[in-house]
Amino acid sequence: MEAKKCEELLHLIEKNSRYTPKDLAAMLGLDVQDVEDEIKRLEREGVICGYHALIDWDKTDDEKISALVELKVTPQRGEGFDKIAEKIYRYPEVESLFLMSGGYDFTVILKKATMKEIANFVSSRLAVIEEVQSTATHVVLVRYKDHGIQFAEAKKDFRMLVTP
Amino acid sequence: MRDFISKKITALKPSGIRNLFDIANRIPDVISLGVGEPDFDTPWHIREEGIYSLHKGRTFYTANSGLAELRDAISDFMNRKYGLDYDPENEIIVTIGGSEAIDLLFRAVLTAGDEVVYPEPCFVSYAPCILLSDGVPVPIPLSAETEFRLTPERLKAAITPKTKALFISYPNNPTGAIMERSDLEKLVPIILEHDLLVVSDEIYSELSFRERHVSIASLPEMKERTVVINGFSKTYAMTGWRLGYACGPAKIIESMLKIHQFSIMSAPTISQYAAISALKNGDKDIEMMTESYNQRRRYLMEAFHEMGLPCFEPFGAFYTFPDISEFGMTSEEFCTKLLETEKVAVIPGSAFGECGDKHVRISYAYSMEQLKAAMERLDKFIKGLRAAK
Repeated sequence: MEAKKCEELLHLIEKNSRYTPKDLAAMLGLDVQDVEDEIKRLEREGVICGYHALIDWDKTDDEKISALVELKVTPQRGEGFDKIAEKIYRYPEVESLFLMSGGYDFTVILKKATMKEIANFVSSRLAVIEEVQSTATHVVLVRYKDHGIQFAEAKKDFRMLVTP
Repeated sequence: MRDFISKKITALKPSGIRNLFDIANRIPDVISLGVGEPDFDTPWHIREEGIYSLHKGRTFYTANSGLAELRDAISDFMNRKYGLDYDPENEIIVTIGGSEAIDLLFRAVLTAGDEVVYPEPCFVSYAPCILLSDGVPVPIPLSAETEFRLTPERLKAAITPKTKALFISYPNNPTGAIMERSDLEKLVPIILEHDLLVVSDEIYSELSFRERHVSIASLPEMKERTVVINGFSKTYAMTGWRLGYACGPAKIIESMLKIHQFSIMSAPTISQYAAISALKNGDKDIEMMTESYNQRRRYLMEAFHEMGLPCFEPFGAFYTFPDISEFGMTSEEFCTKLLETEKVAVIPGSAFGECGDKHVRISYAYSMEQLKAAMERLDKFIKGLRAAK
């Protein structure tokens, strides 16, 4: 499949992974078989890494919180950042991990948990890693927008039903 | 009491979609594919510019022809996109939507009895605007056989000694048809031979899915006899901002300005400031919206194909124009029945000219979810009609 079509396919399923191969084929002007094969290839090669639902937990009874931790680290000789990253991302409590440019090194986004669990994880797991110099934990107060979706306002069609 | 209404207005037929509009509004849970405007919100940076202009108190009239900075940006846009050079000083006028520009143009050029030829099916306002200017509308009926493109033969056949202007609109509402460079080139000798003014409504110019849109004004010897009408509504999803423009020979633009300055003064100031940002920073938005329209266009074509509903492939705007003649109904009957039984609103082709009566206009300015739901209902409807035969 040509690179541009493949990119268009990825953009489509990134926004809505529930499109069927048939829908995708129609939208892209391709054969269903080609789309299925391409998706399989992308999964196999790890370009597509998973399919998730986007959930606004604030609309549920869930009381857990989300937190983001900034980490400053000292890379060890011969190890670099990758080894330290591994020590962090192996923990199932870690949802996302990014190496950053700027004032600190890692952004750790933690899975939703209680305040107590988060405090415990940061102090007894993250802060004690040998290379970690400091941590700063930030708690998410309100999630307004995530993965391109605005949570605050549902999209409404304000257009008249029929116009020329 | 006397009847105060003018004879001209009394004779003017009301819009053909009014009836359907009333029915659609009475029925709950209608899925409408009947709208002639984008489903996207105006991109935020454009809205933000409008808000900022309010904050800064830019709430006064602008120059009659529009803000100089906006006309500069329009001039730059026309050059960058279509290779056209217009002097922002006297060859561009900013109007209240493309609609005002159409009205101004006819009022500026038509003398009673002048004929204007234009391809049909077409947008609903052309004939009324010609009539209001005492001109004579001369529709050129087109069909799916020529993919609703105007051919030189058809044009020639419509011209009389009274023909003053040719009015074209591609990419086209309601058919989605386009005209490519080679199609336009074939019209040029006839236009020159009969010394016609050309008015080209290019409001959908950026929504062209095969190759870049070509403006007829960019062909040799055409710019000096062509007025191009365009605007922000479709390109930037800005219908409610009511902003358009016309570009053309200084003498015509200045005549349009003469009317505009008396009847309108100037286009909305807030919209004009927002539009500057649209032209300067909006290319990415156009790209995003066009890609999305194109996906939905292909989806609808595939859905029609599966239903066995014939439809020529449209490459522009955001409309499809499938052929419903197999069902032996007028397009209005078809639409009314579809609305009443399956609660899907589409527009009868006859609303855009008699020759459109074998067709209905189905817009794809809707989310995929809406399109899918509507196609399921349409499929059911069609199967029911076929079973009843």
